[in-house]
Amino acid sequence: MSNRIDVKKTYKLFINGAFPRSESGRTYEVKNAKGVFIANPCLASRKDLKDAVVAARAAQHGWNKATAYNKGQILYRLAEMLEGRRGQFVDEIVTVTGVSKAKAEKEVTDSVDRLVWYAGWSDKISSLSGALNPVAGPYYNFTIPESMGIIAAVAPEAPCLLGLIDSIAPIIVGGNTVIVLASTKAPLSAMSFAEVIATSDVPAGVINILTGKKDEITPWMASHMDIDGLDISGLGAKKHAEIKSAGSENLKRIYSFKSADPGRILAFMENKTVWHPIGL
Amino acid sequence: MGEKLSFEYAPAPESRALVSIKPKYGHFIGGKFVAGSKHFPTINPATEEVLSQIALAGKNDIDAAVKAARKAYTTTWSKMSGKERGKYLFRIARIMQERSREFAVLETLDNGKPIRESRDVDVPLAAAHFFYHAGWADKLEYAGLGTTPKAHGVAGQIIPWNFPLLMLAWKVAPALAAGNTVVLKPAETTSLTALLFAEVCQQAELPAGVVNIVTGDGSTGALIVNHPGIDKIAFTGSTEVGKIIARAVAPTNKSVTLELGGKAANIIFEDAAIDESVEGIVNGIFFNQGHVCCAGSRLILQESIADEVLEKLKNRMAKIRVGDPMDKNTDLGAINSKEQLLKIRELTAVGDSEGAQRWSAPCDLPGKGFWFAPTIFTGVTQAHRIAREEIFGPVLSVLTFRTPQEGIDKANNTPFGLSAGIWSEKGSKVLWASQQLRAGVIWANTFNKFDPTSPFGGYKESGWGREGGRHGLSAYLKGVSHE
Repeated sequence: MSNRIDVKKTYKLFINGAFPRSESGRTYEVKNAKGVFIANPCLASRKDLKDAVVAARAAQHGWNKATAYNKGQILYRLAEMLEGRRGQFVDEIVTVTGVSKAKAEKEVTDSVDRLVWYAGWSDKISSLSGALNPVAGPYYNFTIPESMGIIAAVAPEAPCLLGLIDSIAPIIVGGNTVIVLASTKAPLSAMSFAEVIATSDVPAGVINILTGKKDEITPWMASHMDIDGLDISGLGAKKHAEIKSAGSENLKRIYSFKSADPGRILAFMENKTVWHPIGL
Repeated sequence: MGEKLSFEYAPAPESRALVSIKPKYGHFIGGKFVAGSKHFPTINPATEEVLSQIALAGKNDIDAAVKAARKAYTTTWSKMSGKERGKYLFRIARIMQERSREFAVLETLDNGKPIRESRDVDVPLAAAHFFYHAGWADKLEYAGLGTTPKAHGVAGQIIPWNFPLLMLAWKVAPALAAGNTVVLKPAETTSLTALLFAEVCQQAELPAGVVNIVTGDGSTGALIVNHPGIDKIAFTGSTEVGKIIARAVAPTNKSVTLELGGKAANIIFEDAAIDESVEGIVNGIFFNQGHVCCAGSRLILQESIADEVLEKLKNRMAKIRVGDPMDKNTDLGAINSKEQLLKIRELTAVGDSEGAQRWSAPCDLPGKGFWFAPTIFTGVTQAHRIAREEIFGPVLSVLTFRTPQEGIDKANNTPFGLSAGIWSEKGSKVLWASQQLRAGVIWANTFNKFDPTSPFGGYKESGWGREGGRHGLSAYLKGVSHE
């Protein structure tokens, strides 16, 4: 038995490619399944959300402009970085949630594989939803899906890592930038995943991660006028009506999902139709 | 050569004899016309003549219509093969073509739009929508939504007064093709072509209750939106009402599509073909009296060509023939209602008071009816209300820009995102601009073109979902929360 004292990590937010504390100075206690103290992550405030939206808006144009090949490689890079740090994620999941090591290993494996799967959609999604429309006239007319803008997402409580991947990857692969609220009870994987993001060539502001209370932050997300869409998969069904109603003010696109499929990517893309005359 | 040559157009009025308008109408429920209880007049906005009395549907009428639609869905429509459903839609398309002149005349009388437009645009496109969607009915498993896509059930559909029959077609055709039954409410001021469409359903022997048409005002629309027996809401109208609907359905499982307002930019770059652009500007804002959600109501002109374009535009506007919508020569018809005319007057007065310069084409407006001369405002800034709010009339706000990026930024500076126009002879610039613009429909070197195969719908506060094409069809099928 070593007498060495562990060097514990301070869990902060991830906004605009940096790791700030909450401007509010608020934190909350995370305990493991047996009630033992684990960490004091940030209790993000409305101002933290606003900062994240500003970063996400500033990053969106550049991220959207990146080629599909480039975006695909960056998502694949996230998978590479996660694969290399499997042990850390397995340990954190076991520590916080109390699941068996085998179960935690499976979640990390699935998370890596899920990222690889989404990475591949980057340069294929438009062939799934795009169309050349045979209009009755001398016009070239096509429809393509393109990014919607700034999307906020509420990650599910569990699985804390795989759920987070599903709350981030389909949104950014479509050219959007994202602000995701991590699992409240098990936020450590999310903040460690921010370290994966920071080393994966993801431009600052493309992915922003907050920790805190769903009931507090989700209504702020719903009423924020510069957020275009909201994924409430991680929010209890009882709260959906209230959030959808609040989001009506700027006709936010608000969805919840049960599975990972291409529809999840297309939900936060807009179809644009372009007409041009054909002639000499 | 003392005398100026003059090419005056002799009046060429279309005959009204084709249409017979009943003095009073009821609702079309369960395949039959049923009497209404309360009524309100519908008038010809070009003459203020009362055309007929329209029934105002209340709770009992909506209940009856929803019940008929549910029964038709459960017992008939959902059990019928797609192949047979499609044949009914083909029949409807053909009958609409056969009775096209009758529809055009009735539309123009009730709406005030020029007969040239109802005859050449509204009615043929409406028939085309039915013909296009008819072919989808037996091919739904190929629509990209899995092998067994399912209809929602009963669709409640609320449509506007600017393209009454065409908007009916945009709503009813995909709903029926996908296997839904419908309860449709036309706009308060333009019910007549929807009621004539009910006759088409009878002639096509469409099973009773598959299409139900209830007439009324906003209160009738609210009854449809809030009815628990309706599975899907489709609305075209103002963003203000769209938000109310979004809020109303938030606690329900109703699926919703919204086609809402717009404030489309029509950007003219300095390398555009100027004469064609001027035609495009005129078509963009004066088509259908500017009563078009996707109208090019903000002209965004590159500074270097602004004077030249404005001079040509004024010359062209002076030649717009304003007047009797039934005259085949007429370019610009009547404003649809007194209420709308007052709204246009109010917003243009704000334009004056905020410091923009008004110019209206010199034209004689008829003494009776509702009229507004084609008008442009120059010296408009992005903060002006006439640059931000939808006027929904023949009024164009002109802004200028120096660099292409500034033009795009001004175009995108709006909460709306329905459509936009680009004029340039340089291919790479056209494609660049079409990528930059945040709008669902981009017309490059053209404007106001529509087709059933072409998805139409907006970004941002211009709505949810698309109409037309495979994307539009998917809104009437379950299992997709996107598109």
